[in-house]
Amino acid sequence: MSTPILSLSGVRTTVRGADADLHPVDGVSFDIAAGETFALLGESGSGKSLTALSILRLLPDGVDVTTGSIHLDGTDLLALPEQAMRDVRGRRIAMIFQEPGTSLDPVMTVGDQIREVLDRHLGLRGAAADARALELLDAVGIPDPRRRLDEFPFQLSGGMKQRVMIAGALAGEPALLVADEPTTALDVTIQAQVLELLRDLQKRLGMAMLLITHDLGIVAGLAHRVGVMYAGQIVELAPADRFFAAPDHPYSRKLFESLPTRPTSAGRLSVIRGSVPPLGQVWQGCRFADRCDDVRPGCRDADIPMKALEPGHAIRCILGSRALPPAVASAPLDAVVKVASPLLDVHDLRVHFPIRKGLIRRTVGHVRAVDGVSLSIPAGRTLALVGESGCGKTTVGKGIVRLLPLATGRIMMNGVDLATLDGRALRDRRRDFQIIFQDPFASLDPRMRVSEILEEGMTALRPDLDASQRTAAVDALLTSVGLATEAKGRYPHEFSGGQRQRLAIARALAVEPKLIVCDEPTSALDVSVQAQILNLLRDLQERLGLAYLFISHNISVVRYLAHDVAVMYLGRIVERGPTEVVLRHPAHPYTEALLSAVPALHGIDARAPIRLEGDLPSPAAPPAGCHFHPRCPRATDACRREYPSAVSLGPAHTVHCLHPTR
Amino acid sequence: MLPFKPILLWTDMLVLLLIAAVIAFVVQARQHEHLRAPWRKVARSTGGMIAAPVLLAFLAIGFLDSLHFQRGTPPEKGQAEMRYGPDVLSVLDVLVEHLRVQQERSFSAPFATHAHSRETITRPDGSQVREFPRLRHGGSHLANPETDRAADIGQRLLRALGISTVLGVLASVMVVGTYARRRGLSFDGALAAMREGNVDIPIGPMLVSALLLITTFTMLFALSGVYHVFGTDKVGQDVFYLTLKSIRTALVIGTATTLVMLPFAVTLGMLAGYFRGRIDDAIQYLYTTLSSIPDVLLIAAAVLMMQVYMDTHPEIFDSVTRRADFRLTFLCIILGVTSWTGLCRLLRGETLKLREQEYVLAAQAFGVSHFRILLRHILPNVFHLVIITTVLKFSGLVLAEAVLSYVGVGVDPAMNSFGTMINAARLEMAREPIVWWSLAAAFAFMLLLVLSANLFADAVRDAFDPRMRAVRRGSRAKQAKVPPQPRVAGAA
Ligand SMILES: Nc1ncnc2c1ncn2[C@@H]1O[C@H](COP(=O)(O)OP(=O)(O)OP(=O)(O)O)[C@@H](O)[C@H]1O
Ligand code: SF4
Ligand code: SF4
Ligand SMILES: [Mg+2]
Repeated sequence: MSTPILSLSGVRTTVRGADADLHPVDGVSFDIAAGETFALLGESGSGKSLTALSILRLLPDGVDVTTGSIHLDGTDLLALPEQAMRDVRGRRIAMIFQEPGTSLDPVMTVGDQIREVLDRHLGLRGAAADARALELLDAVGIPDPRRRLDEFPFQLSGGMKQRVMIAGALAGEPALLVADEPTTALDVTIQAQVLELLRDLQKRLGMAMLLITHDLGIVAGLAHRVGVMYAGQIVELAPADRFFAAPDHPYSRKLFESLPTRPTSAGRLSVIRGSVPPLGQVWQGCRFADRCDDVRPGCRDADIPMKALEPGHAIRCILGSRALPPAVASAPLDAVVKVASPLLDVHDLRVHFPIRKGLIRRTVGHVRAVDGVSLSIPAGRTLALVGESGCGKTTVGKGIVRLLPLATGRIMMNGVDLATLDGRALRDRRRDFQIIFQDPFASLDPRMRVSEILEEGMTALRPDLDASQRTAAVDALLTSVGLATEAKGRYPHEFSGGQRQRLAIARALAVEPKLIVCDEPTSALDVSVQAQILNLLRDLQERLGLAYLFISHNISVVRYLAHDVAVMYLGRIVERGPTEVVLRHPAHPYTEALLSAVPALHGIDARAPIRLEGDLPSPAAPPAGCHFHPRCPRATDACRREYPSAVSLGPAHTVHCLHPTR
Repeated sequence: MLPFKPILLWTDMLVLLLIAAVIAFVVQARQHEHLRAPWRKVARSTGGMIAAPVLLAFLAIGFLDSLHFQRGTPPEKGQAEMRYGPDVLSVLDVLVEHLRVQQERSFSAPFATHAHSRETITRPDGSQVREFPRLRHGGSHLANPETDRAADIGQRLLRALGISTVLGVLASVMVVGTYARRRGLSFDGALAAMREGNVDIPIGPMLVSALLLITTFTMLFALSGVYHVFGTDKVGQDVFYLTLKSIRTALVIGTATTLVMLPFAVTLGMLAGYFRGRIDDAIQYLYTTLSSIPDVLLIAAAVLMMQVYMDTHPEIFDSVTRRADFRLTFLCIILGVTSWTGLCRLLRGETLKLREQEYVLAAQAFGVSHFRILLRHILPNVFHLVIITTVLKFSGLVLAEAVLSYVGVGVDPAMNSFGTMINAARLEMAREPIVWWSLAAAFAFMLLLVLSANLFADAVRDAFDPRMRAVRRGSRAKQAKVPPQPRVAGAA
């Protein structure tokens, strides 16, 4: 390895707390060579973002690097005065953040934001700066850059904003780019574009990159070397090839095993026990010991040092190298198409949001968020609804459980059309269908105790129960979602994300529904916790015969959980069929692009990438003809004229496309 | 038979209602941790704890001044009934009876023994001279005021200092003792913890403020028995007494107004935000219209109208006190009507946000009724805004009363208030030699009240503001993202 550009040694970052000092980063050491991409991988709370902020010295008040050293090209960054550090930021090290929306100044044009950096760090002004800004926007793949220079951030889509951020970061020609979850806030298709851009730029400019992420897929596509963080420490440091072939630390191995692409033979995901430890924990010996399956005497005796296995590869564990790939076994769901009469049958569902303008807020048009969706789910089975952000998935879910006013449509359940019900009659039916939301932090009322939360639905929909029966039911519910019954008296904020999602599931189960709409129930959770929730959902389905409408944009989760898949684009379903068939042989060009955009781990599911250009059009003014034609590589004139009707490609597999893959 | 008859004025009822509300809240808070937690935070803030003893003292005075009654004289022979005097008095009046009854003839300066202006006095021999006459009460125990006064005051101060030392030590022992018991420490342990700055509640600053307060009041009371510590006003009333009586008026205006406005603001704000559509349009229309009329105009019009009504129907009030009290109540109501729009707008916005929250959607998915959702989910989650607004508004209302009374549309001229005192001072300031003490006393007390209310309000806002809480909650994405981020890294 050449001399490192950046070198961290024993960095410890301390948060001065009221009771005791906390160390979210606790002795982190690694090097990054010029032209190399180093990925820092870890779950939330593992300290990866704080490591990045420590390097840039952008730590919040009350948080400081207390020991260790950080050298950039031989300069000790921690010893620099703030004035000099400002020259380093943006010029030598640049950073791009997770949330493109909040990192750009909303009142400055794109051009001004980039020119500001050029002026500050390179002294470039006037025409020279303009030319350079144009070059940069061009380099990050923004179409029609001259026009964009004078636009404001709100006129750009999420993906474009992220590109502008990257252009701004590159403006100072930095030697090191720190990218903190650069694509977490983006859609898979846009994520694929941005990742490719980063890979390409890094190769061309030869800069070093510190990539911070929780997503193994992104690491696989981009990184040369990997550091796995756990509880403030690096537990494994390895070349990417070696890491993906056979990770050695028990935690790394578990991360792989809990990915939904790799169910164990029992059809369950292997899970890491417990959850990410809290910051204030006092450690004794190995920090992973409480959750480690391989824990043995000696693990808890003393701090475990990093142990080199071979040059460039070290782990923080008393065990040696396993040189074995992690357990892989797959047991797909029973793929037999049961010819049962559907529990839920939705026909031509439409939900339109009025667009109001002017003084008296006249309706001037409609956002056709859901524009004619038909689907059906048999009892005890799962239908997954996938698609990009904004395509209307959530709206379908809320429409079906009648949380939104419907424009038209039929929702047949048990022979009753829910769409026509109102008031009392609808209330009585609500027992049959429930919904679980994406954000476990927003879906539980912070002012209510767990018992009150769980009893709310019972009080409203099961008036036959008396108080003691309700209490008994609460206990049973908590047990069935794997929580202790002591949880009853506590408030939601005392629970972790995964536990909160369990509570949300228990709340839905309280009224014994037959159908649950799950709106991205795991997308806000860590990988290890996601596995627990997915297992729970599957167990409950087997035990209680629940049907799920599972809304997700995560293909691997869908593959694990769903019997059938429906792919949505701009308010309509474009392809539908059994999971295995659709995921293996996608027929619609959009499905193909969506699948190929999923970052793949080495060797598994590698597809030739199909990059979609542009973003999702506005549902207020969908393109004429096939909605997908402006982005479709196969579009013909016929596609622009009329919306394609359904084509059947096999049992239960239909697609709306004039030129489907056969 | 009681030697007195309790009297419940309108504003007394408001005060009782307020106390009942506070007690109900405390009972609730005992069961719900989330209600208690922010108050605990208030207890940890230095500013809040410095202000607390001062506010408590003001509240105590205001409360004592809200227990009204009429004195009775025992029935004379042949009469079965008690006869009650015409004066409506309060417990405070009894406690400081000497201040109330020791009236002079006209102005006198603080600690004066002689009147402020010359009077023509007829000597026993029939000749007339113009001189400063001795006061009836101020310093009347001194044989030779010119020479004895300073020594007398010094002596009394020393005695007061002795008493306040005893009181102060008692108070400190009580506070520290209570703290020690609550935290399971020994008394010495608590003291040691305080010395090391190792206490979660800023007891030290709180005690300093309490001790200063105790000392000041003991001294004022020790001297007020024989001197007019703040002088007397035009009709010879003790200004210290007037100031004490003004406290209740200020407190009533500051709190009862909010009490009047809360039901409107909360109901309308939540309804507008929750139901949106036509209801929202109507409510928004209402408050936009209301808030575009200048408050002073509205208040002046209403007060003047009521004044005319009261003047034409003098028979409905059997005493001056009742009449003044009615006007105060009316002022609270009209101030409430003009000031609910701000909170209403705030609550509407918050409710708009909350109704999209997934826990509200979840309740809707259970078919829970709108009324229940508003009560169980929305109200508890906007309640912090109500509390913050209430405390923040307090000092503004106290000042508003002063301004309104100054321009003559405030409280009844017969009612003691900081505003009427300042209004009267307008003429006094023009006299020669200048009469400055009423203005100074009113100003000092009002400043003390408003300042401590603001200090306390700041502490409350910090404790209740959900943005502060969000840091603790820290959802997955936000956990490490606390620092203010530069636009494009390095551009800063
Ligand atoms: N209340 C609303 N008023 C107006 N437009 C809305 C409303 N709710 C959603 N929309 C619009 O409807 C479209 C579909 O939104 P929806 O939330 O269903 O998307 P989604 O597929 O669930 O996206 P994501 O993956 O980001 O959750 C979007 O264009 C959105 O802007
Ligand atoms: S040191 Fe022990 S407990 Fe820790 S990871 Fe290794 S085997 Fe597991
Ligand atoms: S119909 Fe045409 S434009 Fe639409 S997806 Fe098929 S090929 Fe593409
Ligand atoms: Mg959604």
